[in-house]
Amino acid sequence: MAELDIDAVAGPAWGGGVAPFATNTKKLGMWLFLLSDSLTFSTAILAYAYVRLASPAWPRPFEIWPAIANATFLTVILLSSSLTMVLAVAAAHRDDVRRAVMYIILTAIGGAAFVVLHLMEWFRLFAEGVTPWSNQYVVNGQPGDPLFGGTFFGLTGLHMLHVSIGVIYLSIIAIGFGRRKFNADHVEVSGLYWHFVDLVWMFIFPMVYLMSVNLTVKP
Amino acid sequence: MSAHEATAVATHQPGTKKLFMWVWFWLLVLTGIEVFLAYLRLEPHVMLVLLVGLSLIKSALIVAYFMHLRFEKIGLFLIIVPSLVFCLVMILIFVFPDSLRIVALHNIHP
Repeated sequence: MAELDIDAVAGPAWGGGVAPFATNTKKLGMWLFLLSDSLTFSTAILAYAYVRLASPAWPRPFEIWPAIANATFLTVILLSSSLTMVLAVAAAHRDDVRRAVMYIILTAIGGAAFVVLHLMEWFRLFAEGVTPWSNQYVVNGQPGDPLFGGTFFGLTGLHMLHVSIGVIYLSIIAIGFGRRKFNADHVEVSGLYWHFVDLVWMFIFPMVYLMSVNLTVKP
Repeated sequence: MSAHEATAVATHQPGTKKLFMWVWFWLLVLTGIEVFLAYLRLEPHVMLVLLVGLSLIKSALIVAYFMHLRFEKIGLFLIIVPSLVFCLVMILIFVFPDSLRIVALHNIHP
């Protein structure tokens, strides 16, 4: 099929012709979904900040080792998977199917590693007595606020759900693009979703982990 | 390939491997600075401002280069970014002062 020549279709007054944003509908739809999703995450992060500020006994459970080191490693994994995704999109547009599929699979492996490492972190917190509805930490002589667990697991759980869906989405795209059922635009749109998941972690990591770092030395 | 064709390919899918590697490198550097800040015993509000500032720079890098928004038509940027900023400001204005009220109540009735 011949490429649509936007300039030829567009009149001088409108400038966008049949495609006002000079992009395909899939991409525009994904951008609009990401706009609404970023508001979902914003309210979740703000809810976390709100109850933290309003609570007198908020725990700071994250020591440099292992929690902060683990979270930093998770950040590096997500950033690197974003790099492989952007290389996958570039390869897909060059019509280099083999390389694009390889990069998409690498990205999905990064996402899966993120979920596994983050779940291990969750289970460590469960073992310390923090669950979505209880908190065994003692802060300034008072029992720690159970809302810590509620907001922490709610926020990171919502993000982990996005990463898990992303891994499934990327796997489907890798298979479909490998079989030539999907084109480079499908890869690019899945890339947008993946970079967004990475972007959200760029806010969760400092807000949840670095703001709650525990630098006190244990006796 | 003529020079004209080369330009056409470049505009279709902009950004080189080198550019993406550089963006990735700077994102890692900014992450390193954030983790280093956690070691310093800064006041929470100073820490919050620095971390949010660095996170905004990082997200701008991701949106501009990884998500290609810098290479899209300006109209796409204009429907996404200003509306997001507007909604965030509205949420902050209507919701956040209330948590400061609760902090003030703690100070009055410790």
